[in-house]
Amino acid sequence: MKLLVLLAIVLLIIAGHQLLRIIELSRGLKKTKEWQLTNSDNNLMGRGMLIFMILFFVFFFWQILRWRERALPSSASEHGFKIDWLWDVNMNYIVIPVFLITNFVLFWFAYKYRGNTNNKATFFAHSNKLEMLWTVIPAVALAFIIIFGLKYWNEIMADASDPNRITVELYAKQFDWTARYAGKDGKLGTTDYRQISGSNSVGMDTSDVLGHDDILVKNEFHIPVGREIELLMRSRDVIHSAYLPHFRAQMNCVPGLVTAFKFKPVKTTEEMRKDPYVIQMMAGINKQREKEGKEPVIFDYLLLCNKICGASHFNMQMNVVVESEKDYNVWLAKQKPVKAMASK
Amino acid sequence: MGTKHTATELEHGHATHHDHAHDHDEHHETFVSKYVFSMDHKMISRQFLITAVIMACVAMTMSVIFRMQLAWPGEKFAFVNALLGDKWAKDGILDPNMYLALVTIHGTIMVFMVLTGGLSGTFANLLIPYQVGARDMASGFLNMLSYWFFFVSSALMLGSCFIEDGPASGGWTVYPPLSALPEAIPGSKLGMTLWLVSMAVFIISSLLGGLNYIITVINLRTKGMKMTRMPLTVWAFLITAILGVLSFPVLFSCALLLIFDRSMGTSFYLSDIYIGGRPLDNVGGSPILFEHLFWFLGHPEVYIVLLPALGITSEVISTMSRKPIFGYRAMIGSMLAIGFLSFIVWGHHMYMTGMNPFLGSVFVFTTLLIAIPSAVKAFNYITTLWKGNVQFTPAMMFSIGLVSSFISGGVTGIILADSALDINVHDTYFVVAHFHIVMGLSAIFGMFAGVYHWFPKMFLRMMNKKLGFLHFWITFISAYGVFFPQHFLGLAGVPRRYYTNSNFPMFDNLVDINEICTAFAIIGAFGQVVFLFNFFYSMFRGEKAPQNPWNSNTLEWTTPVAHIHGNWPGKLPVVHRWAYDYSKPGQEHDFVPQTVPLAEGEHDGGEH
Repeated sequence: MKLLVLLAIVLLIIAGHQLLRIIELSRGLKKTKEWQLTNSDNNLMGRGMLIFMILFFVFFFWQILRWRERALPSSASEHGFKIDWLWDVNMNYIVIPVFLITNFVLFWFAYKYRGNTNNKATFFAHSNKLEMLWTVIPAVALAFIIIFGLKYWNEIMADASDPNRITVELYAKQFDWTARYAGKDGKLGTTDYRQISGSNSVGMDTSDVLGHDDILVKNEFHIPVGREIELLMRSRDVIHSAYLPHFRAQMNCVPGLVTAFKFKPVKTTEEMRKDPYVIQMMAGINKQREKEGKEPVIFDYLLLCNKICGASHFNMQMNVVVESEKDYNVWLAKQKPVKAMASK
Repeated sequence: MGTKHTATELEHGHATHHDHAHDHDEHHETFVSKYVFSMDHKMISRQFLITAVIMACVAMTMSVIFRMQLAWPGEKFAFVNALLGDKWAKDGILDPNMYLALVTIHGTIMVFMVLTGGLSGTFANLLIPYQVGARDMASGFLNMLSYWFFFVSSALMLGSCFIEDGPASGGWTVYPPLSALPEAIPGSKLGMTLWLVSMAVFIISSLLGGLNYIITVINLRTKGMKMTRMPLTVWAFLITAILGVLSFPVLFSCALLLIFDRSMGTSFYLSDIYIGGRPLDNVGGSPILFEHLFWFLGHPEVYIVLLPALGITSEVISTMSRKPIFGYRAMIGSMLAIGFLSFIVWGHHMYMTGMNPFLGSVFVFTTLLIAIPSAVKAFNYITTLWKGNVQFTPAMMFSIGLVSSFISGGVTGIILADSALDINVHDTYFVVAHFHIVMGLSAIFGMFAGVYHWFPKMFLRMMNKKLGFLHFWITFISAYGVFFPQHFLGLAGVPRRYYTNSNFPMFDNLVDINEICTAFAIIGAFGQVVFLFNFFYSMFRGEKAPQNPWNSNTLEWTTPVAHIHGNWPGKLPVVHRWAYDYSKPGQEHDFVPQTVPLAEGEHDGGEH
């Protein structure tokens, strides 16, 4: 069998070689050289440019129609609405029109002015008016983007100031997350990475009494709806990134630093599960899962790692449950403080 | 030594403009001095190109492997096993560590070896002496070293793929602590050391090359070649070289400190780390320092990759539209503006790193400013086509492709530059789509345009036109096919550098998007076989090139169809006009070479 394949390859090479010989010999007879462009080349390729443009735009809209329902659902946090609004304005009024118009003009000109031996190009080397025009217009559009972008950025990234906020620490390590709550005293205990051990996985400073009532949870953490959540982030080993796409929240977790991000969830997990967009999206997901012979799933908020951190980077996840304040308090009361866990 | 003799002769010949008959027949070069340790810019250019083509094939094959993993995770592919062996692809299923290694080395090779070394090394070497009318580079010896450092660097990078623990795998940005700690990932053992050494050698190569380019452009321009008469290619290479000379040393120090942290126990980038079951002694360093140093190179690097491609297309679009480039001075101005701004935008890679948000706002402002000169360039290209007589050579088609990808990838940059919008798409596939289209595709299209356009000068033969058309369409269609859908992955929140998306149910409905990307990647990869065949076949058996096949104005087309030392037999050409007198009214032909004196009352530089 292998011999046959080898033989076939050898024969193909010989045939190819002979074919090339014929082409090489015949090109000596022709008047025009192969590499010289003819009018029919220019016509063909010019039309090709136009056809490409049409197919490209069709592909573009086809993707939007088919895949827009797979984009993340609308924001589940307060500041996320601003991001979504700004995103839509930028996309719909600047990015997509510029993309479509300039690509159209480019391919249209390529087609319209395709070369012909009878034509002569117009000598047109510069025009201050035109150049000024397309310096000023982008500048004006960018001024809008910069002003709104910075306004929202400053609001979103301002330090958490709500006295009623809940502080949760997300602790990242290869390859899982731990969430830490302040406990009854409302204060997180200090930490010291040298004290990390099997029973002290997040490196709490055991001499700090403030930390004794802190609560550690894995796999899933809960937050109440409508309260400002201040996330503080630490890392044990390498850079991770806490990415909460549904809340439009992200921040790197950097060893040696405490980073922060604040947000206010506006929809509980249950509400999200009833959202028509989410229902449709989950139907699509479960359809695919059925095809692959997997169990159906229901919607959950997720925390993902979004900075390359090692072999299992792709599987560093934690569920986030948003619930009413009452349910949250019930859940929190059931969690055991660190001190009790350590003494067990 | 014949070549050494020539080098002194060159300088002399240039300084005095004496008639030096460079009788190349006198030189009896050995194989080694002609093909291996050559000091001739044309040979060095070809060496760079062929090395880059080989490296590009390696990096492309890697991308096909990891794209297949992303589309069909868990499937067994015999060819993956055949390439990577049982250790990294048991039964043909890619190992997660090897996945990260492939992503890392793919990025490194493409960015540095192909689009920096390959693109600048090939075309700056070929075109600077030719287009400014010099007999060779200012220092042929340093130029030779530049190539051989590049070769060693490429060889080390390839070699690192064959060691026991695998090559570096912390992403091409090699952020510590991941890249600093061998306990964190196998790729941070010997593989990372080799990566850093390879990079250090690469930086030496880049600096030697860059200094040479700058000096040649400044000092060795022929009579009449004013700065404002230089073709835009030369301007682009000059600005690129300045960017490289100013920013690569910072990468060098960045890498050096990482080497110290890895091997000498310093703590520049490390603090408060517990790994491998023990706390480390390192205190006080910061990984964010690394990110600042890295991106201080990393962002100018984007333009080091892009500007040569833009320079090449400026030349090709003007020549092939048979029109002067629109807004010659605006083009220079925007390249200078882009070059300057590229040094003060690096922080936009770091909005989400914990860097002070106020600092982030400054970078939003500077980053969005860079959109203005970029827009000017795009509009000027389009206006150059307007009322032209567009000749669709394969080089021209790739140039039009570049303008399209520069626009399509550029507009999403507006989104990513805006820190508030970056929050939710930072490090997702939206970013992957953006930079592959705007930087990867544009630069590689520019490189293809350059190869098709200057092949006759490089190899004295013509490439096959029809195969060029075929190659263009396959490449152009599949390139958009691979990267456009990735925007939608980003909108669904899919992070970069995930070995598989199947561990998160929320990404299950994206399987078909990944399959489309991968299918196009495979088609695109096969499409490159057309190019490789055309390239190597035409090198030896293509039709003989005439002196000026594209009816072009620039000086390289006034050299004889032969590779001779000193480029021009006899006197150096004297330049009388800018490079863009195409279809000038009142002229007999639709092109007027730069060596033609201005007629009585004729204006230079686009006035008529």
